[in-house]
Amino acid sequence: MRRRGVGYWLGNIAFAILVVLVFVYLVFPFFWAISSSLKTQQELFQTPLVYWPPVPQWKNYVQVFTGQPFARNLLNSFIVAGLTTLLALLIGGTAAYALGRIRFRGKRAIFYSILGVSMFPQVAILGGMFVLIRTLHFYNTWWGLIVSYMVFTLPFTVWVLTSFVREIPRELEEAAFVDGATPIQSLTRVLLPVMAPGLVTAGLLAFIQAWNEFLFALTFTVDNHARTVPVAIALFSGASMFELPWAQIMAASVIVTVPLIILVLIFQQRIVAGLTAGAVKG
Amino acid sequence: MQQTAVKKRTAKGELSLEARRARTAWLFLAPSLIVVLLVAGYPLYRTIQLSLTQTNLLQFPLKSHFVGLLNYKFLLQDSQWWDSVKNTVIFTVFSVSIETLLGLGIALLVNAKFPGRGAMRTAMLIPWAIPTVVSAQMWRWMYNDVYGVINDLMMKVGLSHKAYAWLANPKLMLPAVISVDVWKTTPFMALLLLAGLQTIPNELYEAGRVDGATPWQNFLRVTLPLLRPALLIALIFRTLDALRVFDVIYVMTGTNPTTMSMAVYSRQQLVDFGALGYGSALSVGIFVIIAIFVVIYVVSLRVEVD
Repeated sequence: MRRRGVGYWLGNIAFAILVVLVFVYLVFPFFWAISSSLKTQQELFQTPLVYWPPVPQWKNYVQVFTGQPFARNLLNSFIVAGLTTLLALLIGGTAAYALGRIRFRGKRAIFYSILGVSMFPQVAILGGMFVLIRTLHFYNTWWGLIVSYMVFTLPFTVWVLTSFVREIPRELEEAAFVDGATPIQSLTRVLLPVMAPGLVTAGLLAFIQAWNEFLFALTFTVDNHARTVPVAIALFSGASMFELPWAQIMAASVIVTVPLIILVLIFQQRIVAGLTAGAVKG
Repeated sequence: MQQTAVKKRTAKGELSLEARRARTAWLFLAPSLIVVLLVAGYPLYRTIQLSLTQTNLLQFPLKSHFVGLLNYKFLLQDSQWWDSVKNTVIFTVFSVSIETLLGLGIALLVNAKFPGRGAMRTAMLIPWAIPTVVSAQMWRWMYNDVYGVINDLMMKVGLSHKAYAWLANPKLMLPAVISVDVWKTTPFMALLLLAGLQTIPNELYEAGRVDGATPWQNFLRVTLPLLRPALLIALIFRTLDALRVFDVIYVMTGTNPTTMSMAVYSRQQLVDFGALGYGSALSVGIFVIIAIFVVIYVVSLRVEVD
């Protein structure tokens, strides 16, 4: 056995400390949110600070649903993000097939335009979007949010899916073509099954984007009829005007974060693949 | 003669196939193009049009007064607008450069093999996945001047002797907001860079080691040059994102002029004050500033389409 020097061990220890520090930095805010959400009002506003409540309380989680219309906000978020995702995949999927597969004039221009729209600053069209939503009578409805969310989910979906389509071996379609399949048949019967992982990835990313959106949701809703979770959490108010209900805000934050953590745990590889397909490979 | 005739025929045959393919392509593209025109083209056109008018948002149907370039003239002299531009640029420069450096560090760290690496990568995705509003609220509570854990930790570790009012002290507000953005976005940056790092073949490092290069020389001569494309893309990506910052600033400090970004100011004029005309002019201002960066982005990306 080779003897390892002091430097080797020191290096390893320094490395381990660095890893632990980064990990703590990343997760501490969640720890604090969970700890705060389990505290009583008294423990919350107590010095010296209590880092973990001796008797964890669930009542803040109950109050989020009884004292606030949070269940409605969750429903709104699920429907808006879900329908936005489905629409974006449906419409964007065919476009991605055309862009990733078929050679035609003007492709480059179209691709760059879509790329440009995906980089669009939402606030730069806020006024015009407001007029559109009012004209369509979609103000303060789910559809108002779904329509406005298309502006960022659709181009992004097209972009991610195009990079997936490009990687599917051409032989698959050529075989279908030789067998006399029409383009639509080769899309639905041959490409769609192969594209499934890409669709899951793009859908997941679109869902997270729509679920997290704040500016449009804040501007195009006035009450809890269509108000989504991020707006609800930003506007949380308690019984008193002067003290925010921090324990409940933290409980609501934990509730929204848990499904996202589960999604991330299940689809980790896919998410990273999608993000890097969009960004690194272009 | 005969040869050209043959050529023509095949060219003609290919053309018709090409035309058929093009027709299919446009058919497949049509739904996306229509939706993009409706949800991006029309609002953009209306925003530009409204920016030339005086319009009250609260009256619907809208009554617009054409005022020409008056809004833009006002914009040029509006010190609040220029303050918000300044805040946004400071926010962008600091958050993006800190995120890039920290992200690179974390990417290099996670690129090494160690037990618990999988858990680390999961932990990296979580700040990225949660809504910005949620992270802003979590940090707002942590920044609380009396009951906040940040003051408590800093005093425990010995970094400070007194509690700071992070979100009330004008000197600390913007840095506090920037650090929340750094926390939320650095892991994302690190993941993008990690993907770039993993495309670098190990043999290159081995070769360096054989030639007697120190790890630092390896980093400078091998890692950095090969990472450049990924680094550039991540950098520009983040810059564009940071320039339109809204959520984190709106939730943490509201419309306070000390930290107000371009997006926050534009929305305040547009929605809170109902000035659809002037608010739209501000939107166009933001659009122009960001469009410059988009052009740089697309040009430097030079995406491979075919």
